[in-house]
Amino acid sequence: MSNLMLEVEEVSKLYRLGVIGTGTLSHDLNRWWHLIRGKGDPYALVGEENKRTELGDSSFVWAIQDISFQVGQGDVLGIVGKNGAGKSTLLKILSKVTSPTKGTIKAAGRIASLLEVGTGFHPELTGRENIFLNGAILGMTKKEIRSKLDEIVEFSGCTRYIDTPVKRYSSGMKVRLAFAVAAHLEPEILVVDEVLAVGDAEFQKKAVGKMKDISNSQGRTVLFVSHNMAAVRSICNKGVLLQNGRLTHNDKADTIVDEYLKLNSEQLVKNISYEDDPKKLENEEIKVLNVSISPDVPTIEDEVYLNFEVEVKSNVETINLAFDLLNLQETIVFGSGDKFKKNLEGKVHVSCKIPANLLNDDVYLVNLYIASESMRPMYQCAQVVSFEIRDKVRDYAYYGKINGVVRPKLDWNII
Amino acid sequence: MSQTQWREIITPKKKLISLNLREIWNYRDLLFLFVKRDVVTIYKQTILGPLWFLIQPLFTSLIYTIIFNGVAEVKTGEVPPFLFNLSGVILWNYFADCFSQTSDTFKKNEDIFGKVYFPRAVMPLSIVVSNLVKLGIQLLIFLSVFLYYYFSGALNGPSLGVIYMPILIILMGISGLSLGLITSSLTTKYRDLVFLAAFGIQLLMFMSAVMYPIEMVAEKLPVIEPYIKYNPLAVTIDLARQIYFFDGGLDLGVTLLYPLACCLALFLIGLALFNKTEKSFIDTI
Repeated sequence: MSNLMLEVEEVSKLYRLGVIGTGTLSHDLNRWWHLIRGKGDPYALVGEENKRTELGDSSFVWAIQDISFQVGQGDVLGIVGKNGAGKSTLLKILSKVTSPTKGTIKAAGRIASLLEVGTGFHPELTGRENIFLNGAILGMTKKEIRSKLDEIVEFSGCTRYIDTPVKRYSSGMKVRLAFAVAAHLEPEILVVDEVLAVGDAEFQKKAVGKMKDISNSQGRTVLFVSHNMAAVRSICNKGVLLQNGRLTHNDKADTIVDEYLKLNSEQLVKNISYEDDPKKLENEEIKVLNVSISPDVPTIEDEVYLNFEVEVKSNVETINLAFDLLNLQETIVFGSGDKFKKNLEGKVHVSCKIPANLLNDDVYLVNLYIASESMRPMYQCAQVVSFEIRDKVRDYAYYGKINGVVRPKLDWNII
Repeated sequence: MSQTQWREIITPKKKLISLNLREIWNYRDLLFLFVKRDVVTIYKQTILGPLWFLIQPLFTSLIYTIIFNGVAEVKTGEVPPFLFNLSGVILWNYFADCFSQTSDTFKKNEDIFGKVYFPRAVMPLSIVVSNLVKLGIQLLIFLSVFLYYYFSGALNGPSLGVIYMPILIILMGISGLSLGLITSSLTTKYRDLVFLAAFGIQLLMFMSAVMYPIEMVAEKLPVIEPYIKYNPLAVTIDLARQIYFFDGGLDLGVTLLYPLACCLALFLIGLALFNKTEKSFIDTI
C-alpha cells in the first residue's frame, strides 16, 4: 500500500439546532458551570443521530459521528452520501474552517481546500490582481503564483480581460479564472467540494481532466465530494459512504457508488403505501386512489404500464392528467399527459404505455400533475411512485452500464 | 506501511494564547495582498483618490479648532490650536480605524472564513497595517503644517523624544487592534456588544484628550481628572504632543511604560479571546 497521507480518527461534530437567543445563553452558562466543576459537556451526552427527516427530542445533533478512515498517497477518495449526511461538515473540519467536537485528524502534508471557487475575489481588482489575492488566500506564496501566472491565465482563457476589473467579467469568466487559480494549487492533499457543478460542459471536462492529472501524474491525494456518481466513478479510486452522520461503507469507488445507488433505490423502489401518508394523496378536489406499475419488476425489454386511478371530488367534468418521468439525478426524461372525462362514479382510471427498449436500466421517479380542462392546477405530487428497470442478460461482450438517460434500441445495418 | 511523518494535526482543543507567528509568517504574502487590496480599492472610482486621506483630518481639525478653541475657548498654551488638534486627530483616527475596522472581523469575513482556512489573525493584522499606510500619508501633511509653524518660530519642540514616536504609533494601533479583537470575538454569538462598540468609540474620544490638553481638566473639573490621567490613550496622545511641541528629553520614555503595560494586557486578552473564537465561530455566527 502507498504511504499514508491522511488519517481521520473518530471525528465527531455536535451542532445545536434552532435559533441563537436567550435559551443559548442559559445553555452556555450551564456548560460553563459544568466545566469549572471539572465535568464534561452536559449537552454532548444528549446529542442525537443526524436524521434529517425525523423530529428528535434533543436540540443537539451529531452532524457527523465517529468517522474514521485513512487515505494513502495518490488516492482519490470520493465522499458520497445524501443531502445532510454530513459530507460538508466533514470537509469543513478537514479544511480547518471549523473544529471537531471530538477526534483527531492527522495529515502528512499541506491540506488545501476548494469548497468554493473564487473565494475572496474582489470586484474592483483586475483579473491579474485577483489571481494573486485568491492564490494567496488558498495558501500559495507570491513567488509560486508569479511562476505560474502565464499558465493560469492561459488555462482560464481570459487573456484579453486580465487587466480589467473582475466586476466587468461575465459570471462564467469569473468561475473560469477562479478555477484556473485553484487548479494550479500544489498541496499534498486537496479537498474539493462540488465545484464541478458550475460551468459549461467544456469547462467541466477540463476540470475533471485536471483533477485526474493532479492525482495520477503528480501523486497527490484528493478528497472529492459529489452527487455526480459518474464523476465519482471516473475520478476516484476509493470511496466512503456517509449515512446520517456515520461512515457506513469504506471501499473501492465503484462499490461505493453501487451502494449509494442501492441505498437510494431501496428507499425509492416501492409503490406508495397509502396508509403512510394519506394526506399527501388527497386534497379538496382530487383523491389519488391508486398509482402502480406493471409488471412489478420490468426489464428493459418489457413494456411498462403506468396506471393511475383518481377520484375527482369537485364538479369538474374533464381533467388533464400528466406525469413527468425523472431519473435519480432528477433530470426529467420526458413528460406526457392527456385529457380525460370522469366516469359515472366520478373517477378517472387510465394507463400509459411506455414502449419497451426505451428506458435505461435505472431507477425512475414519477411526478404526477392534475389540472382542469383550462389548465388550472388541481393537484400535484412529486415522486408519487418510483420503479426500477432491470437489465436483461446481454449477448455481447460489454457488461458495464450503458451510459445515457434513455437506452433506445436502434437499428444497426451493414452498408 | 512506512511510518508517516505527520505535518498537521487537527484536534478540538487549543492553547489559550497562541499567536502562531510562524504560520502568520508563512502567509505574509496574503497579509501584504490584503493591505494592497484595502489601500487600492478604498478610493476606486473617485477623482481625488488618496487625497481623501488628507482632506479628512484637515477638515476635522479645522472644525475642532473653530468649535473647541473658537467657541468653547479651550486653551492650548503656546501651541497653535490647529496644529494641536491635528496632532491629536491623526493619532486618534489611527486608533479608531484600527478598532472599528477590526471589531467586525468575523462577521464581515464570514464568507471567506467559512470556505477556506488561513490564520484568521492575518485579516485584522492587515487592517492595522493598511491603516498604517494611511497614517503615514497623514503624518506627511502634519509635518508640513508643523514645519510652517516651526519656521515662523511659534514652537519650542520637537524634542529628542521623537525617537519614541514609532512606539507611540504602534501603541495606538495595537490598542485599537486589541479592542477590535475583543469585540469581534465577543460578538460572534451575541451581537449586543456591537452597539456598545459603535458609540463607545465616540465617547472614548472625549475621554482621550484629543481636542484639549490634560492639564486643563485638572484645572476645570478635577473630579474626572483621574479617568483621563489614567486613560492610556490620553497619556499616549499627550506624550506625542510633548514630543512634538516641547523641549522634553529622553526621560519621557518612563511615561511610556504605563500605556505600554496596558496595551500588552489588552493585547493578550484580545488574543486569547480571538484564539478561542476562531476555531468554531463559523457554527455560531
